[in-house]
Amino acid sequence: MTAYIVRRLLATIPVMVVVAMFVFLLLNLTPGDPAAVIAGDDASPAEIEGVRRKLGLDRPLWEQFVIYAWNLARGDLGTSIFSNLPVLTLVKQRLEPSVVLAISTLTVAILLAVPMGVLAAWKQRSWIDRTVMGISVLGFAMPVFMIGYLLIYVFSIELRWLPVQGYRPLAQGFEQTLRSIALPSIALGMVYMALIARITRASMLDVLNEDYIRTARAKGVATAGVLLRHALKNAAVPIVTVIGIGLTLLISGVVITETVFNIPGLGRLTVDAVLKRDYPIIQGLIILFAGVKVLINLMIDISYTFLDPRIRY
Amino acid sequence: MVGRKSILSAAGAAFAIVTALAAPALAQSGKTLRVAMHADVRTLDPFWTTQTIAGIHGMMVYDTLFASDHDQNPKPQMVESWTVSADRMVYTFVLRDGLKFHDGTPVASRDVVASMNRWGKRDGAGKPLMGYTKSLEAKDAKTFVWTLNEPYGLLIDILAKTGTSVPFVMREKEAMVDAFQQIQEVVGSGPFMFKRDEWVPGSKTVYVKNPNYVPRKEPASGHAGGKVVKVDRVEFVWLSDPQTAQAALVAGEIDYLESPAVDFLPILEATPGIKIESHPAMGTMGILQLNHLHPPFNHVKARQAMLHIVNNADYLNTIAADKRLQTLCYSYFGCGVTMETDAGSEPYKSAKDYKKAEALFREAGYAGEPITILHATDHQYINPANLVMIQQLRKAGFLKLDVQAMDWGSVVARRAKKETPAQGGWNIFITGTTVLTSSSPVTHTSIGMGCEKAWFGWPCDAKFEQLRKEWAFAPSLEARKKLAVDISRRAYEQVPYISFAQWRNPVAYRADRIAGVIPVPSVPPMWNIEKK
Repeated sequence: MTAYIVRRLLATIPVMVVVAMFVFLLLNLTPGDPAAVIAGDDASPAEIEGVRRKLGLDRPLWEQFVIYAWNLARGDLGTSIFSNLPVLTLVKQRLEPSVVLAISTLTVAILLAVPMGVLAAWKQRSWIDRTVMGISVLGFAMPVFMIGYLLIYVFSIELRWLPVQGYRPLAQGFEQTLRSIALPSIALGMVYMALIARITRASMLDVLNEDYIRTARAKGVATAGVLLRHALKNAAVPIVTVIGIGLTLLISGVVITETVFNIPGLGRLTVDAVLKRDYPIIQGLIILFAGVKVLINLMIDISYTFLDPRIRY
Repeated sequence: MVGRKSILSAAGAAFAIVTALAAPALAQSGKTLRVAMHADVRTLDPFWTTQTIAGIHGMMVYDTLFASDHDQNPKPQMVESWTVSADRMVYTFVLRDGLKFHDGTPVASRDVVASMNRWGKRDGAGKPLMGYTKSLEAKDAKTFVWTLNEPYGLLIDILAKTGTSVPFVMREKEAMVDAFQQIQEVVGSGPFMFKRDEWVPGSKTVYVKNPNYVPRKEPASGHAGGKVVKVDRVEFVWLSDPQTAQAALVAGEIDYLESPAVDFLPILEATPGIKIESHPAMGTMGILQLNHLHPPFNHVKARQAMLHIVNNADYLNTIAADKRLQTLCYSYFGCGVTMETDAGSEPYKSAKDYKKAEALFREAGYAGEPITILHATDHQYINPANLVMIQQLRKAGFLKLDVQAMDWGSVVARRAKKETPAQGGWNIFITGTTVLTSSSPVTHTSIGMGCEKAWFGWPCDAKFEQLRKEWAFAPSLEARKKLAVDISRRAYEQVPYISFAQWRNPVAYRADRIAGVIPVPSVPPMWNIEKK
């Protein structure tokens, strides 16, 4: 296992190199000019050229790439063109809201979706199944921003229970943090709940038709035991995969939810940087996201060995 | 209403974990002013970029030599007194007592000289001013002398301008930094101090009261008068979603919303405690920019033809549907400002005449070549304005359009290209400016017709530039007004661009929680505001 993990970690290096090269080239091929954005709407072409020169954007592409690669190799993701702050500082500022929102969203989704999926599979074709699948379809079909606005209207404007927007860091107290992410977690959790519930149901249905389930029932194992100990554990591999992918997507940015609830997460940082052509931020974040994705995939793969003893690396 | 709340309460019970934590919405410190501006403070150097938000940040931390009052008249701010020589070439200024930077050092003349030199390298009005400057020297710690090589009459007006870039006074240390490079430290002498440790670009910017600031004795008026700070702390919260911003104001999570979306004004007006306010000269002028380098708009007839197609009311009804915000304005300098004039617009005020437009296009040699339009689809008003324009041009019936959809970031890069449309250039793009910026022929960058030196579109007309110069040298307000009429006439003859609309952008705030908001046409001041 250790050798496998080391091999996988080493394999990430060429992946990251390729990602870095692609990101750099794609960004430089993308239309747009940060110098023009910086200089502002009233700036003359000469002024824009002056800003471009100072930013080093007038240098040949290969020269820019060498500087970028050298800095990257030293662990320097660069400095934001606009705020003049190191990209790492900006990432650190945004990491906590993104991670907390991802965890809380998945918690909401898993707590609701797994029991719903198990119940729907157990009571296949009953009203419970239809209700669960109906909720699931609704979760997929309703845009997150719409759920978000509805939640804001009900819980923030009408009832005044929870804040409309903003993120309260954990340093200000867990309760404050929880209050600030309650609505975004519910809004975002609806989509993941729908996804996980459907996967859980499908996976459980496969397993419930297996011979060993019939054997367990014949041995007199209680329904709960059959469902949770025998069926759910064996159905867990695809569920964990989906949850893992969900975690990656959530950390790398849920722009609409972050925008609607004004959560200063990595998603908004990315989109804002793209719109302003703040190249160092975009490059740094994509490399970071690629790294997170590789690591989470590795963790998912490792988790399979605990869920299914037949899987060995 | 009670019934509805009961139902909502019952629905909320499902979220037991959340409701257990329920409490009155975010409590606020009594002396903290929470503000949502139209953009986020991402750049701390107000000379490095002309973005308005950088000017707003600058107005918090820096002070200015002069400032414009409510009626846009220049008034001294950091300056105690000044004299002008009989030939209007030598200005001697004396700084007032008690001016200190946030690090405790006194503001000296050399700081002013360095600041004006740096600002003059970047600002649209500052550059011509520096061109007419023979010398700018510190005479002693509090006195500096500005000597002109010609009697350029706009010195005081330009020093009082509040459209970006505002001529702020920095420490000499920062002011010596290359004008094309960002300064590292934010140490001004203004009424607020920047809290760098709490700055989260893209989310929040925090300022605290400068305890050492000595305000002028006069009452606050516009940006002039006493900048008396009545709160301990101001937080700029960046709310990029207009719906969330209005909800935050309704819920009382913010006190002041600089730029509420027009669609939400009825909701805000109907909310008890919220007040909506605007200044007569506050607003945006929509600009339909034509490229003068390439056919068909390199021919004046084609540009005039566009005036027979573009119907201002359509844009207004789309961008600012509320009639109270609309100004059917035919003044190149904007309406509600001193230089307002619609001279020369007479032929274009009547109903749109597509036949006449077609005849003019034919005279210009237009034979159905595609007209390349850079359509920014991600901008609050530029996107709908483009849609209206495209519809009007199609309705005219004889123009072939090549509409290229892109984000605003791509438009600002593409518009700088002088190549033909077929080689990656363009024919038309839409943008806008503040009425405050357009209110003077000198600060109004896009009206200039200085050929290679002109703004994107590169209009070229020596007579027009001569009139602008004469305006700048005019000895009196009356003379300037007269010249503004001549400039307007020439503008309608040559059509540097087409102004498609003017609309107001009011501010909204919680009048039940704050008082003392000063209405200004741009760069809203945060002094004088107190929490109730």
